[in-house]
Amino acid sequence: MALPPPDPQFVLRGTGAAVHTLHFSCGGKESDVPVLFSGSETGFIHVWNLQTHRVDTALDGHGRKSVYCVETMGGKHRLLSQGRDQRICLWDLAEGRTSVMDSVFTENVGFCRCSLLKVAEGRWLMAMAAKALDEVQVLELPSKTSVCTLKPEAGAKLGMPMCLKLWQLSCGSQPLLLAGYEDGSVVLWNLTMGKALSQLVCHQEPVMSLDFDSEKAKGISGSSEKVLSIWRLNEQQNLQVYKTHKLVNAGISDITIRPDNKILATAGWDHRIRIFGWKKLKPLAVLDYHTATVHSVSFSDHNNPSERLLAAGSKDHRISIWSIYTQT
Amino acid sequence: VCFILGGVDCSISFVSHVLGKACVQGRQKEILSVLVPRLTDLTKSDFIWQRICWQLVECVPDRWMEAVVLGFVQKAPGADVLSRLLGNLVVKNKKAQFVVTQKMLLLQYGHTTAVLQNLLGYLSLDSLRRALLIKVLQELLDTWGSSSAVKHSPPEQQQYISKAILICLSHLKEPEIESCRQELLTGMMEGVKCHLDSSLPQIRRLGMIVAESLSSKINTDGPVLKFQYEEDDEARELKALLMQTPPFCVVPSLPDDDRNEKADAALPLVLEGNKKSHAAAPVVPEEESDAELDSDDDLIPYDMSEDKELKTKAPVYIRDCIEVLTGCEDVDKWEATLKALESLIRKNPAATREVSVELAKILLHLEEKTCIEGFAELRQRAQVAVLTTDPIPVAKYLTSQFYSLNYSLCQRVDVLDVLVLAAQELSCPKSRGKTKHSGAQKPCIQLLPGSDSSKDWKRIVDERIKSKTRRFATSQSQVELASSPNEFSSVAGHFFFPLIQYFDRPLTTFDLLGEDHFVLGRLVHTLAVLMYLAVNTVAVAAMGKALLEFVWALRFHADGYVRQGLLSCISSILLSVPMERLLEDVTEELLETLSWLGDVVEKDPDGDCRRLALQSLLLMENLKNKLKTVPS
Repeated sequence: MALPPPDPQFVLRGTGAAVHTLHFSCGGKESDVPVLFSGSETGFIHVWNLQTHRVDTALDGHGRKSVYCVETMGGKHRLLSQGRDQRICLWDLAEGRTSVMDSVFTENVGFCRCSLLKVAEGRWLMAMAAKALDEVQVLELPSKTSVCTLKPEAGAKLGMPMCLKLWQLSCGSQPLLLAGYEDGSVVLWNLTMGKALSQLVCHQEPVMSLDFDSEKAKGISGSSEKVLSIWRLNEQQNLQVYKTHKLVNAGISDITIRPDNKILATAGWDHRIRIFGWKKLKPLAVLDYHTATVHSVSFSDHNNPSERLLAAGSKDHRISIWSIYTQT
Repeated sequence: VCFILGGVDCSISFVSHVLGKACVQGRQKEILSVLVPRLTDLTKSDFIWQRICWQLVECVPDRWMEAVVLGFVQKAPGADVLSRLLGNLVVKNKKAQFVVTQKMLLLQYGHTTAVLQNLLGYLSLDSLRRALLIKVLQELLDTWGSSSAVKHSPPEQQQYISKAILICLSHLKEPEIESCRQELLTGMMEGVKCHLDSSLPQIRRLGMIVAESLSSKINTDGPVLKFQYEEDDEARELKALLMQTPPFCVVPSLPDDDRNEKADAALPLVLEGNKKSHAAAPVVPEEESDAELDSDDDLIPYDMSEDKELKTKAPVYIRDCIEVLTGCEDVDKWEATLKALESLIRKNPAATREVSVELAKILLHLEEKTCIEGFAELRQRAQVAVLTTDPIPVAKYLTSQFYSLNYSLCQRVDVLDVLVLAAQELSCPKSRGKTKHSGAQKPCIQLLPGSDSSKDWKRIVDERIKSKTRRFATSQSQVELASSPNEFSSVAGHFFFPLIQYFDRPLTTFDLLGEDHFVLGRLVHTLAVLMYLAVNTVAVAAMGKALLEFVWALRFHADGYVRQGLLSCISSILLSVPMERLLEDVTEELLETLSWLGDVVEKDPDGDCRRLALQSLLLMENLKNKLKTVPS
């Protein structure tokens, strides 16, 4: 007899607006306060203290335009946020400061979240949608120099890039980029050559979100239809569809694989969060708490596995925090 | 009274004379209340006493026979007793036969069900008399099935005849029914038609019940007639009459059967329970083995049975709703739209006003696409919402459609209902609209003071009064009901006059004065309600005059429902139009109406009509008295 799905461990209220993005930063020292960053539609980035469950700071840096991506760059004192004011801001939050150190003007009015990858100590690569409609630009941070611009070939009507993922097989090897486009295809780009290595059409509708497991060379993408598509990268660096999984309701806004690659979570337009086992995509749980579309899911980076959390931010202004499958 | 027995032939004719004289003088109850119980006891087993009793009643002179037979039938405690007391009197005596088979059944209708049971049971208990029973049934059916009887006889009489038919049916045996099957069938068909044509629901229901019973008796093996009607005490009582156990049948085996059935029922339940527990056990080991195969994946799934498809959301804009209702193939969306429509209309009055006539058109023609619960109510509420949001254009549209070609009766009646409900809502204060269907009864509405342009005058006057009066003590303030302008006043004319305009102009598919008298009845009732709601409005005097003429034209209509409506119109006019205006404008018509009302009170066959006419007469009296007392 299966147990009923668990309730959220706690629910964070107080954003006052739809929550579009979440990012944990809990991997610090024992004495450090675990923190969750959330970006909301009114342009605020709330820094939640996960011990008191209250907002420690609210950062206002995007002119009240929606913030749709937050990432940390090495610890919770360096934050990167992307907003609809066409800017990507770099924040310095150490010692209570709340100032924008630097910003990048992307000239892009889309919703594509940028992707960060640490290539060396203090050096980062960031992929973002560029000014031209179907281009992806890769910058190096903090220098803000352009590494390459990935432009699909002339006839390939891919549409806008919808989601990006930078990855490398191991530290020091070639960085690669996976991009999901508006026409439903996923393209693997080689950054050094600036060329597309492989293209795979996995969906009929735009790819809303994707995530990739570099160890197993397997990735998953979700779209506005009812299908989740799992694909893998073979030895020739070609993408192939491995499996598809049909969902009950259409529409996925976000997919994320837990850092230990055991489970993954999807955020659905049907207000539900679904948990799957990553190995065989076995459905594990359906978490039904929110009353509006769930925009973002994120796993925490706790050092202690039993403390790991899953956060989901939704249009109903709430962030639900779940503790699920923490024993493995 | 005791007799010398032993072979002596006595004449008891003088006793019969006495009995007859006493009964005809009206003393049936006194004499028979003593006689009948004695005779019942005496005749129980003694055949001689039975013979004596029969002789007694047979010797009653013809001119007193009726009273005696009537008395006996009423007094006898049961059909078998009556049989013992009267014997074959009905066969031997013409007068008695007339009384029993004609007078008591067809010409009188005040007797109780028990008396009917006695009478018909008596007829059924002897083979000689059974022929009479069949004859009686046929005559009853003829009366039941005649359309003029259905239209003109009072409902009570029709109920009486229906009861008699049902009791007869319960007494008849198979071979007898077989012999007169054809006549029964024809009688039933004709009768059912007349009854269903009637506008009064009670008559329709009587027809349905009798027809069902007849059909079940005639076609014992084939499909039987089955109607849908409201089951209430009356219906159940009627149906119970059909299921009579003949008085000599005994059913001792029933209790045993019951017990056996219960025991049988208990056993299967226990067996099922065992089976279930067995079934549950094997499932669990299977699941565990499944999990073991996934050696790495020892993640146990949670229960996901609640994960179902999300319901479609209803549109949030009125124009989207229109789109969905006119063309959408998606039935879920259609259902969701229909459910959300009324609240959307009320929340967005400005947006609704832009598309009000179109929306009204769509709703009028809307057909039930899926089996949605409460479709008629949802549709009606949406229509009322549209009408109250934008009264004048939508009322114009609806009233014009009422008289147009190619609408079903249902749709026309719908138009009337919606107009009434909307009028009620418009004339009520702005509380949560309690829109209950008023039907033929007058709604009890809180009447408001007439409309005024702004509320400021009230405030100014109040303040002036407050500043100029010295208060010695403030009493407990009474809560004043919030008043708001009567919105119906500006649109009453638009609702009323178009409806009354073309009633005498027949169209090819719609003839108010002809076949469609049911709709005429509803129209008249609607006009009565609209008149009542228009009290204190500007147009009320003109409305009253027009309505009075309308009523005058139709006052001799054959349908009882229509006449009831006309009389409620008169009551509404008297209540709404100030008496001074009536006396000024329509004096002659008022006097003629007065005499007509008097006529109705005395002669109309329908009880409700008489009551309503009496009500109107009393109203007139009250108003006249009030006028007299007001100093001029």
